[in-house]
Amino acid sequence: MKGFRYLENVATLKLDQPACIGCGRCLEVCPHQVFSFADRKASLRDLDACMECGACAVNCPVKAISVDAGVGCASGMINEWLRDHNLAKVGGSGCCS
Amino acid sequence: MSDQFGACKARWGIGRMNYIVPPGLYAIGTPTAHDPVLVTANYKMSYDIVRHELAGRNAWLLVLETFGINVWCAAGKGTFGTSELVKQVTSTGLARVVSHRRLILPILGAPGVAAHEVARRSGFSVSYAAIRAADLPEYLDNGTVTTPEMRQLTFTLYERLVLIPVELVMGLKSIAVISGVALLLGALLAGPAAGFTAVIACLGACLTGIVLGPLLLPWLPGRSFAVKGAFAGLLWSGLFYSLAGGAGWNGAVTAALFLALPALSAFYTLNFTGCSTYTSRSGVKKEMRIALPAMGGAMIVTLILLLAGKFL
Repeated sequence: MKGFRYLENVATLKLDQPACIGCGRCLEVCPHQVFSFADRKASLRDLDACMECGACAVNCPVKAISVDAGVGCASGMINEWLRDHNLAKVGGSGCCS
Repeated sequence: MSDQFGACKARWGIGRMNYIVPPGLYAIGTPTAHDPVLVTANYKMSYDIVRHELAGRNAWLLVLETFGINVWCAAGKGTFGTSELVKQVTSTGLARVVSHRRLILPILGAPGVAAHEVARRSGFSVSYAAIRAADLPEYLDNGTVTTPEMRQLTFTLYERLVLIPVELVMGLKSIAVISGVALLLGALLAGPAAGFTAVIACLGACLTGIVLGPLLLPWLPGRSFAVKGAFAGLLWSGLFYSLAGGAGWNGAVTAALFLALPALSAFYTLNFTGCSTYTSRSGVKKEMRIALPAMGGAMIVTLILLLAGKFL
């Protein structure tokens, strides 16, 4: 994203290019312009810009994209960890719980 | 006017989880069977923004049940998702209301919605229009074409600023606990005045992490939010040192100050990853694996330093 870069070499996004049918959905849904398009196939243009939202994988009709998707949110992850270890009550409201 | 007041309250976390509109199909203007159908979440702020941007036009607005959560967070949870979309299309009888078969969705709703699944299950095709509702008029006027700019996320100073109030409110409880511990520790080790000084130091560090870290985000060094927060905390430590007469403190107290305060700020700025629009889950995980033990370590060393300074 313009003016912002997060940690490098951590994104789990993978594209199975031979499986790609070139529909272009991934380019449409990616808010960080991770993909580019050439010769009727998508390719990874800027992997480190990926925020792993999962939009591309969910919208790929041939499942050519995989990513360990989730919200990159520290408090969300702390809550998740607490829940997994039965240290906090399940549920709750708010965007990160 | 009352919408603006409501939005302001929600920004401060007042009644935020009840700031909702009932899901269903809404008319903007006097739409006909040919007018576009736009989809949004039932967080009232999302709904109001879309309605505001489409004022003076005729359109249908299909509101999904996201339990008062915005499009982006709801898509991450899956409530703004394929099933709910198909359910609302069916329950509102949308196919009888409009003659076309097209739904216009916000791009940030895409993580929850499989466009090809929606098409298969409802007969409606999905178009992802734009990230910001403000681009909807241009999108509609230009024959529903998404420009590259409409697809590009931003994180401007203003966009960061409006997120800070709710972060402050959410942090109140933990800040109260931290202040309590600081007061107790300071008072026990060096008397009530020291306890009060410690509280001010910690409060400042928390505020630095919550307010200053996010505001200065692009200018603070490093890519990690924890590192950025630690730098902001270092600035505060320096300021506090000079304002509170740090020259008169012993070495242990000074070292403790420059260790504990940046760690506190780092924690709160790391928390802002949840608000940011470019941090990945794997990245935050990696940061937390390093930063949380480092922060905990800093606090333990601080404690040892203070005790050592007192008793040795």
